[in-house]
Amino acid sequence: MKAKGWKELTTQGALIAEPGNSDTYETGSWRSRRPKFIPEKCSHCFICWVFCPEGSIRVEDEKMVGIDLRYCKGCGICATECPRDAIEMGEEFVAEKGA
Amino acid sequence: METRVKGKLLAFRGDEAVAEAMRQINPDVVAAYPITPQTETVQAFSQFVANGEVDTEFIAVESEHAAMSACIGAAAAGGRAQTATSGPGLALMWEMLWVASGMRLPIVMPVVNRTLSAPINILCDHSDSMGARDAGWLQLYAESMQEAYDNTIQAVRIAEHPRVMLPIMSCLDGFILGHSFEPIEILPDEAVREFVGTYKPGYSLLDVDHPVTYGPIDFHGHFFEHKRQQVDGMESAPEVVLQVGREFGELTGRYYGLTEGYELEDADFVIVALGSVTGTIKTVVDDLRQQGQRVGLLRIRCFRPFPAQEIAQALGNKKAVAVLDRSLSFGAQAHQVYLEVVTALYTHGYAPKVVNYVYGIGGRDTLPHEVEQVYRELAEVDKTGVIQPVVRYLTVRE
Repeated sequence: MKAKGWKELTTQGALIAEPGNSDTYETGSWRSRRPKFIPEKCSHCFICWVFCPEGSIRVEDEKMVGIDLRYCKGCGICATECPRDAIEMGEEFVAEKGA
Repeated sequence: METRVKGKLLAFRGDEAVAEAMRQINPDVVAAYPITPQTETVQAFSQFVANGEVDTEFIAVESEHAAMSACIGAAAAGGRAQTATSGPGLALMWEMLWVASGMRLPIVMPVVNRTLSAPINILCDHSDSMGARDAGWLQLYAESMQEAYDNTIQAVRIAEHPRVMLPIMSCLDGFILGHSFEPIEILPDEAVREFVGTYKPGYSLLDVDHPVTYGPIDFHGHFFEHKRQQVDGMESAPEVVLQVGREFGELTGRYYGLTEGYELEDADFVIVALGSVTGTIKTVVDDLRQQGQRVGLLRIRCFRPFPAQEIAQALGNKKAVAVLDRSLSFGAQAHQVYLEVVTALYTHGYAPKVVNYVYGIGGRDTLPHEVEQVYRELAEVDKTGVIQPVVRYLTVRE
């Protein structure tokens, strides 16, 4: 999306007139560490769901099914709190070797 | 069609005349903290509230920072919000001044000019409002108590204009205007209410059916664009100040512009000033004109935004010009009003001889014979072609 010029702004003073627009701001782009979900170890206790500050734990049919990487900032709280080590943190960007 | 209304001529202190204007405007919210020399404004207004003469929600706050914060909240909620302050009170508002203008909230604030400590001094100079000149507020400076009253009423219309939407300071010199009595024409209440009209804000925090966010976080992506848009609000203001001044003139017979020329057109030697000193200067101009001297005055009423083109054209071909500053900009080459005037002249292609006089610091009186001295020195500048010293300190003892 092309960023707006000052003449194209539709409100004054940075006022936001459309509620609920945080959906469109994908905070996952900030992430430097990426969580990896290991389903075999998970007991679906939802400790991760309780602790995740971004609400990025995906739940379907009362089961933890993964992490929404569009919003996960990679803080690693879920991996720290998980009693079964079912979430592991790895590097988001791995430098290429050689060259 | 005769639209002019007749007011009542009453003796008022400047401070109380401002409170009277606020009573007639009947704002939704006034949040204020009393401070010398503004105290009588807040005292008189709180009396109106206690007597049920206004519908205003009056918030007796614990500081000026809180006063401005409460006004910001009230204005964001869609209310007409006002406060008043002086010197250190304005300084304590500093952080919130920028929030009010950045959020484009048309708050009206009479500023009864007082110097800033130290040493402790409660008297008039313009250190307070000049220090806040870059905070995104419009600034009008009154010459008389009548104008302080008139400006407070016009300020509402100017600030709330959809193209402006910026807060405004209606400045009057502490004690000289604030505490002195003068007969003032007070307009009928209904005339003022009709003139200011009803405020129709575009958005309101209290409108739960249309929720909005005021003052969100705004970094490198858009902050600059929002600030550029704010500059545009300021640039739209001169036209609005003129239009409101014209309408006010049609209503009252007292017309107001961005600047006022007094014996200016054919003058060779001109003083540029703002605030109450211009009343004294006018008297001196009259006396010297009687003696055949071609002297004049350019009074700046609207300092923010600065009417550069109008001022440059008025002064461009003068033999010598003195710009008076009632505040110090420590470390600058010269002081606030001077630097604006000289920049306006240079960028419009004019280069008259211009000197800077600092006067009236900390409440020092400026008397007619001292104004005469300025005109004498201007004649000397013209004769010798020497402007040094560029900055001169009127009445200071060596």
